[in-house]
Amino acid sequence: MKIELSVNGERKEADVWPGESLLFTLREKLGLPGSKNACEQGECGSCSVLLDEKLVCSCLVLTAQAQGHEIVTVEGIAEDDRLHRVQEAFVQTGAVQCGFCTPGLIVATVDLLAHRPEPSDDEIREALSGNLCRCTGYQKIFDAVRLAARA
Amino acid sequence: MARLIRTEKEVEGRYTEQWIVVDEDVLEQWPAGPLETVGRPVPRADGGQRARGEARYTADIKLPGMLHAAILRSPHAKARVRRIDTGRARRAPGVRAVLGPETGPLTDEPPYEGAPVAAVAAETSEQARTAVSLIEVEWERLEPLLDPEEAVRRNELIDEPNREERGEVERGLAESDAVVEAEYRTQTVLHNSMETHQAICEWDGDDRLTVYISTQFIWGVREEVAKRFGLPEDHVRVVCRFMGGGFGSKNGPGDYTYVAAELARATGRPVKCALTRREENLDSGNRNSTIQRLRVGARSDGTLTFLDGEFVNATGWDGWLASTGGPMRLLYACENVRTVEYGAKLNTPPMAAFRAPGFVEGTFGLECLLDELAAKLEIDPLELRRRNHSTHDAVDERPFSSKQLLECYRRAEPHWERRDEVRARSDATWKRGVGLASQVWYGGGGPPSYAWVRIGGDGRAAVITGMQDIGTGSATAMAQIAAEELGLPVDRIEVALGDSARGPYATISAGSSTIPSMGPAVRAAAADAARQLIEIAAQRYDREERVLSLKNGQIVSSDGGSWPLEEITGLLESGQILGKGSRGPNPTGMRVLTFGVQVAEVAVDVETGEVVVEKIVAIHDVGRVINPLGASSQVEGGIIQGLGHTLSEERLLDPSTGGNLTQTLDAYKIPTIADVPEIVTDLVDVPDEHLTNLGSKGLGEPPIIPTAAAIANAIRDATGADVRSLPITREEMLRALREASRQPAREEVGA
Repeated sequence: MKIELSVNGERKEADVWPGESLLFTLREKLGLPGSKNACEQGECGSCSVLLDEKLVCSCLVLTAQAQGHEIVTVEGIAEDDRLHRVQEAFVQTGAVQCGFCTPGLIVATVDLLAHRPEPSDDEIREALSGNLCRCTGYQKIFDAVRLAARA
Repeated sequence: MARLIRTEKEVEGRYTEQWIVVDEDVLEQWPAGPLETVGRPVPRADGGQRARGEARYTADIKLPGMLHAAILRSPHAKARVRRIDTGRARRAPGVRAVLGPETGPLTDEPPYEGAPVAAVAAETSEQARTAVSLIEVEWERLEPLLDPEEAVRRNELIDEPNREERGEVERGLAESDAVVEAEYRTQTVLHNSMETHQAICEWDGDDRLTVYISTQFIWGVREEVAKRFGLPEDHVRVVCRFMGGGFGSKNGPGDYTYVAAELARATGRPVKCALTRREENLDSGNRNSTIQRLRVGARSDGTLTFLDGEFVNATGWDGWLASTGGPMRLLYACENVRTVEYGAKLNTPPMAAFRAPGFVEGTFGLECLLDELAAKLEIDPLELRRRNHSTHDAVDERPFSSKQLLECYRRAEPHWERRDEVRARSDATWKRGVGLASQVWYGGGGPPSYAWVRIGGDGRAAVITGMQDIGTGSATAMAQIAAEELGLPVDRIEVALGDSARGPYATISAGSSTIPSMGPAVRAAAADAARQLIEIAAQRYDREERVLSLKNGQIVSSDGGSWPLEEITGLLESGQILGKGSRGPNPTGMRVLTFGVQVAEVAVDVETGEVVVEKIVAIHDVGRVINPLGASSQVEGGIIQGLGHTLSEERLLDPSTGGNLTQTLDAYKIPTIADVPEIVTDLVDVPDEHLTNLGSKGLGEPPIIPTAAAIANAIRDATGADVRSLPITREEMLRALREASRQPAREEVGA
């Protein structure tokens, strides 16, 4: 089936099968592998994207459900050549190690700061506890979120 | 000059003797402390690519015409294939090849749940998985051996038991004023790298193979793949540019690589074989569980009289005997030490190295035992450790190349002294306490490792080497080292790595060895290039070489003149300056080890058994620190993995079938950001004056080693309960509290 959706501000079309996940479509058909596939069942947050400004695991959304909706992936966060302040903060604080979970965390942090410009530590814990990271120990992710909030 | 030496090579605590050709390490070490770039925090060079989602991991690589593989894995812990029918799978949509158990590494006698039995290549991963579900197998189920103690009784072992003894334990026992004996258990834990194990194989004709793989060792993959397919090693190219975590589980090619290569050969197309999360947690390695029966004796002044340990590692069907007894042999001065380690061969998935294999488990037992002894002797646990500090390696009498453990203890004092204050914050429900544990590990790296440095007409430099950056930031550290030697800003250094066809041999990124092995080679290569720059500049500016140096992108003369580097390199036009460097030998007759201590503060809810870790202070000695930002990341990451190991992570097997009950990330609980305590990192940062031109050791593994024991000891401090089994779930905590309350009232520990 043909699906039309907006991805990072561009109108896209994809030919998908009914059970196809949005993550699969983004990665395999639309040339956007920034969203990562690490569990395929909504447990790790590596595939987080914004769907009509709502944070979702793209592995749990059927592409068919996204018909006519607006998607923002990690590739759509930066402003042209310049990193988004959240991305810049992740790099500067050392919150990026292997980086496989980073795209999901960047999108989740952008979403958090959109709703809570100055989040408390508990709000950071709550908002990002669905994004698993196996390398950093999370401490520098706290640093990054706090830095981005101040920027 | 190249020198042929017979040397000891160590990876993950496993030693082999081998001949090796090394170049002399002629460079003097830099002075201690932060330099222009080395020793200062530098954000990683490729951070922006990763944060934009532009870094291309193996998982993201798509080759033209690429097929996707899926594997049929054994649903039984021990079984035989009576009959297999792949007909329906072959006819399924998109399927291009099906391999049955007659093709290795597939098997018709799977010895553990998850062992690969058959494989499919199809146009999409969905089609491949669907086809796998259409393979019909008639199984003969066999009785699996799952109990490690039973395996030891039956002599079903992975290897000969490892028995080591110095002195005489019986003599030590006779001299003891106090003896403590206890059994400790650690669980099986799973690596759960965010990028699952995967490889893409592409043949060029029938005798050249390119492997894109998520790996910690491209050269090891090259060697093993070449051997398996009977190819010259130079006909195998291995590529790993970005890598999504490994933690020891990605040191070799793995079955999935061979499956991809076989399917690629059968179809004439590139094939990707990527494990799903469930497969990852079934069959990509694990930290094996252990049972440790330990005894320690001491005189009333705290001097250890003997240490005695029997260790049973539940190794699984394959793997090696991790040295769970290593900390007991290495950490303290003690004349009488006896260890025996068994590796139980079981119908469970093979273990793999996992961040300080053996030492994480053995340190939990040993360091809890020491605290139980301290309580019995009524000696302060920190003081007990100081009294048994070792000045040389008691195993073979070799001096340490450097050891700053006493300095670590000194820096731990202010955190340790908070005990009264922390305990005073307890109430009827929440008990608070402080605990500590020491750490010893390898991490000195070694030869061979090579690097090239190339300087072009634009005055920029490239470090070229066949190493991989597995996410630790080692590439950025290499850029810093080259920048320091060349007197260039770090942003004028490019690091090209991750491709066996585009750089010389480099170390495995395991055993905390990347920085101590590669760093000196990169510095040597940069120094070789710098020497050539100085020679050219001396001729161009009519100065003696000895008055010239490189600084801030300039050639500087001690008589006051300076010229931008590009002025000299610009003369090259298309020419290049090529520097070459290699890792020199380790100091002969010395033992190179890393040390540290961690102090944990915990709160225990004595009604529910909930344990909350509130703070961990990590003080480690790893020689010179290249990048404090990357180093503290390593420490924090290690501690949080240690926290998971201590409190929440456990692979559960059905005890009757051997089936893995924790294959997903909601059943297998790795820590989240909500679990993170305050972490304080303090690195001693004194170069090891005997080790290479850098004096740096590795830091990947040390931080995870003492965490579990520090937490368990803090729990004892808070509650008086001895937790001796990991993970410390609420159930285990409540059990330990019940047991403590049944014991004759022990004095309030340390109060």
